[in-house]
Amino acid sequence: MQMMKNLIFAGLMFLVLGVSTAPAKEALPVGDDPVVQARMMRLATVLRCLVCQNQTIADSHADLASDLRNQIVELIHQGKTDSEIMDYMTERYGDFVLYRPPMKTSTLLLWFGPLLLVVIGGAALYRSAQDRQRNGADETELTLEQKRLADQFLNRKSSES
Amino acid sequence: MSRFWPLAIFFGLVAFLYVGLHRDPHEVPSPLLGKPAPAFALTRLDDPSTTITRDQLLGHVYMLNVWASWCVSCRDEHPILVEYVRKHPVEIYGLDYKDTRPEAVAWLEQLGNPYKAALFDSDGRVGIDYGVYGVPETFIIDKKGVVRYKQTGPISPDVLMNTLAPMIENLQKES
Repeated sequence: MQMMKNLIFAGLMFLVLGVSTAPAKEALPVGDDPVVQARMMRLATVLRCLVCQNQTIADSHADLASDLRNQIVELIHQGKTDSEIMDYMTERYGDFVLYRPPMKTSTLLLWFGPLLLVVIGGAALYRSAQDRQRNGADETELTLEQKRLADQFLNRKSSES
Repeated sequence: MSRFWPLAIFFGLVAFLYVGLHRDPHEVPSPLLGKPAPAFALTRLDDPSTTITRDQLLGHVYMLNVWASWCVSCRDEHPILVEYVRKHPVEIYGLDYKDTRPEAVAWLEQLGNPYKAALFDSDGRVGIDYGVYGVPETFIIDKKGVVRYKQTGPISPDVLMNTLAPMIENLQKES
């Protein structure tokens, strides 16, 4: 009985593991030479798949992504440099394929927008801190008359109790 | 005055998000616009022994329509193109993307053939040169062989009548 259970368990594990590893294999690049493959994967991880836009062409299972992986391997075999391969991609799909967009006038806001927000936020924070300090000072500073009244009130309180 | 700032920022954000709602992130501007159409030499879908090259099409204004028999939204677009060529003097070339000949031929027989010629791009290599990522796609190429327009996704009757057709007519008048 125990052995039966073990067998069933092993069978289930096989199924589960078999199912979960099968798709991962599909995403593997096609290519022969491990050096070429490594280089291709490095390039593929910085290129966006346009079919499923939040994946790199290294991660994506889309047809186009695997075609482009093949294309990169081919370009490597043709002796193209990394930057030539990147140019090949941007000539066809535009800067949008690059996960690291180039710096130019149209992307200035993209690159420096966050910094701009930090500066604006910092300035606003500084101003409001200054305001609070000034207002706070006004509140604690009592005129002589106020102080006399306050003392009188406090003394009466303490003498009453 | 300063108490209105948060409200102003809020409305600014709302405006940004509202605009974002109506923008399609799948519409990526093509880097090919204004550039010469990439070269190709492909066999005709209906005749593997005849090759058509880009340079043979110089001097004509044409639409290059990327389609495939496996492409579902091509079915929506197709009758619009069939109707368009029937009524207007326009040349449409089909680029049959990553398809098989028998299936593509049967598809055209069933749904009608609007193409002056359908070019057979079996491995999608020409598709890559044209930056194709979502079939159907349509390019308008002028007499000098320059890409003037790119549509990603199916052509609607509205886009055809208001954008593509007038553009093609104007380009045909250019010398």
